[in-house]
Amino acid sequence: MPLRRNTWDRVRGYIGEYGLIAVLLIMPVVYGIQDLSDDGSLARLGNNIVDGLSNGAIWALVALGYTLVYGIIELINFAHGEVFMIGSLVSAGFFGTIGLTAASGVGGLVLGLLVTLILAMLASGALNVMIERVAYRPLRNAPKLAPLITAIGFSFILQNVGILWISGSPRGIPDLIRAQKELFNIAGVSISQGDVLAIAAAVPLVFLLTTFISQSRLGRAMRATAQDPEAARLMGINVDTTISLTFLLGGIMAGAAGLIYALYQTTIWFLQGFQAGLIAFTAAVMGGIGNLWGAVLGGVIIGIIQQISDNRIGGQWTPAIVFAYLVLVMVFRPQGLLGEQTREAG
Amino acid sequence: MSATADTARRSDLRTDTRTLIALGAGLIVTLWMASQIEMNLFMAFVAWALIAVRTIFHENTWVRRLTAVAFLVWAIFLPFFHDSGAGFIEDATLALAYTVMALGLNIIVGFAGLLDLGFVAFYALGALTSGWFMSGFFVHAGGGKGWSFLVGEPASNLPGLHINFLLVIVIAVVVTTIAGMLIGLPTLRLRGDYIAIVTLAFGEIVGRIVINGDEIKLGSVPLFGQPLESAFGNGATLTNGRQGITPIDKINLPFVEPFSGLELRPWYFVALALVVLVLFVNYRLRDSRLGRAWIALREDEVAAASMGVPLVKTKLMAYGTGAAFGGMAGVFLGSYLNTVNADQFQFSFSIFVLSMVILGGLGSIEGVMIGAVVLTFINFNLIPDVFNNYPQKIGLDFDLTELSFGIFGFLLVIMMVLRPEGLLPERRRQIELRSGIGDTELGGGETIEEVRA
Repeated sequence: MPLRRNTWDRVRGYIGEYGLIAVLLIMPVVYGIQDLSDDGSLARLGNNIVDGLSNGAIWALVALGYTLVYGIIELINFAHGEVFMIGSLVSAGFFGTIGLTAASGVGGLVLGLLVTLILAMLASGALNVMIERVAYRPLRNAPKLAPLITAIGFSFILQNVGILWISGSPRGIPDLIRAQKELFNIAGVSISQGDVLAIAAAVPLVFLLTTFISQSRLGRAMRATAQDPEAARLMGINVDTTISLTFLLGGIMAGAAGLIYALYQTTIWFLQGFQAGLIAFTAAVMGGIGNLWGAVLGGVIIGIIQQISDNRIGGQWTPAIVFAYLVLVMVFRPQGLLGEQTREAG
Repeated sequence: MSATADTARRSDLRTDTRTLIALGAGLIVTLWMASQIEMNLFMAFVAWALIAVRTIFHENTWVRRLTAVAFLVWAIFLPFFHDSGAGFIEDATLALAYTVMALGLNIIVGFAGLLDLGFVAFYALGALTSGWFMSGFFVHAGGGKGWSFLVGEPASNLPGLHINFLLVIVIAVVVTTIAGMLIGLPTLRLRGDYIAIVTLAFGEIVGRIVINGDEIKLGSVPLFGQPLESAFGNGATLTNGRQGITPIDKINLPFVEPFSGLELRPWYFVALALVVLVLFVNYRLRDSRLGRAWIALREDEVAAASMGVPLVKTKLMAYGTGAAFGGMAGVFLGSYLNTVNADQFQFSFSIFVLSMVILGGLGSIEGVMIGAVVLTFINFNLIPDVFNNYPQKIGLDFDLTELSFGIFGFLLVIMMVLRPEGLLPERRRQIELRSGIGDTELGGGETIEEVRA
């Protein structure tokens, strides 16, 4: 019965194509309708989405690191979340060193934050390159299990560095930018200084990165290595340097995200990287791993889901919901929203 | 591969200089460690002697069998050389329980090559089963008077559900096998590190459900709400959240005195019996048709499938069996530690068990046992009791216990870079894992396929 099979195939095709999008839209749509029937406005959902966007901007920066590394050597850099965490700790430590407090003047604050941003980026970038050199490069041709296990090992080592640095409990840091202060208010949706900072810092970074990769010579080398390392080597590209560069770029993005996170949340913790790493990995897979804009899109979507869940269901369930989305995406659409079919997807 | 050919040509006796030096150093380390962890020196020496005989005559089947029996006898006599109240026996029992767990994970990761980072889920389910059926947690069950089955005084008179330990183990095995297969199902289409992430996500989801389970009323479960409510009493919740379920019934077996928390020898023997059972199953499975299918699957999934290995069944069996052992150990630990606490079920526990498997040698049964015992003693004895204040002695301001997982992380990195096959490797796995390590050049016909696969 060819006709029935055709219809079924078409249905399956639609599910494969739009199923993930439909699943992602469930939460905003359901709560949007609920809000409309409860108090006749979408302000609460709007607030969730604004908070989600700014959180999502941070996850997007971290997710870029996952996607870059996976794109080039097909490895889940499990320690990437910890690189982000170290970025936060470096920033918070440097605030103290240069005496930046909530009472500093605007000029000093901007200058101080710019210096901190560069420092955090360099520290995280260098750390990521070091991890690649020590833990991944010797295992590059080993079975894939091996580098993944060293990655987990490094993630634990860095968590302990975090414990030694700021002790095992979360530490509050000065609220330098008055993150919660409302900047403007559109129809009941409040936009705080933290939201503006997160997005204003993340957007140029993402554009710089994508431009670098699509326009520069080194970026072209990276894309060539991602496509076929051996052919790239025959064409005179130094594959090792290119891979190091990829880790450097990923680390730089994570360092920037670390600073923004510290300013936005005003709390730092040695475990923040583990959570952030898994969330950002979910974002990278959701967008389509290996695809830069996919990582950004995934980050923003996860950010919004997280905020809606925090606000409506309860923060203690949020990790379970994010992980449930991770499983759903991995199982039903491993290539993600924008990605190509990969080997992992089988 | 010329090194492999050399190994194959080597004669029965392993008496080269490196082995002898290793054994000599092993004796010193064994005796020193034994004195540190308050183990009987004579028993430590016997253990070393058995390992030495086993290593030197490693290719003689009869020696292997005899040393295995001798080890069992040694393990049976071990507790009589130590104080039964606490100390060494307490940690030894834990080590045995973790051995069961590590042997379970070894089936999934070592035999079948499916990297499972969510093994804690099975520990959690096993421990929860003991919490549900061996404690006063369901206070309103049986109309408030409690319900018991094959247990003696005083548990039979207390409110809550009280079922015999052996039956609870059976229940836990059923529950965790089903859970293992359910978690395995979504990973069937995936390969490599995606499996790791999906299992990790499941582990975290189970952990979250246990932590927040006090919000889940059994009565409000869709479909089954009414029958569950009537079976477990009004207002029963799934777990007790962060407060944990405590106390759990002590093990109560027919024909022996009820167990107590002060007399630890019986606990040790139960744990030893579990280890022997699991070992038997492990050896039989490894050499069975299923075990060969697992190894074929691990080495090359496509080739295995084209040779007629049923992928779905083989993979699900690996998850199910591994999970069942995890659940068994979970029930025992629930009763032994006398509490089922949500904070026990964290990602770091999965890594703790994985470190045991990797330290000992992926796929190597003897190796994994050694890995489990060594890491348990490092984690529960050496780090907290012996070396804890060493950093302060050299002028650093922290305790070593804060760093225990950093130490395990370091161990994972070192093992994978320097000796990925583990301390006591399985021959076949060694060849697989050795290939391509230290070979930093990308390229070469075969290796490029491995990078991609």
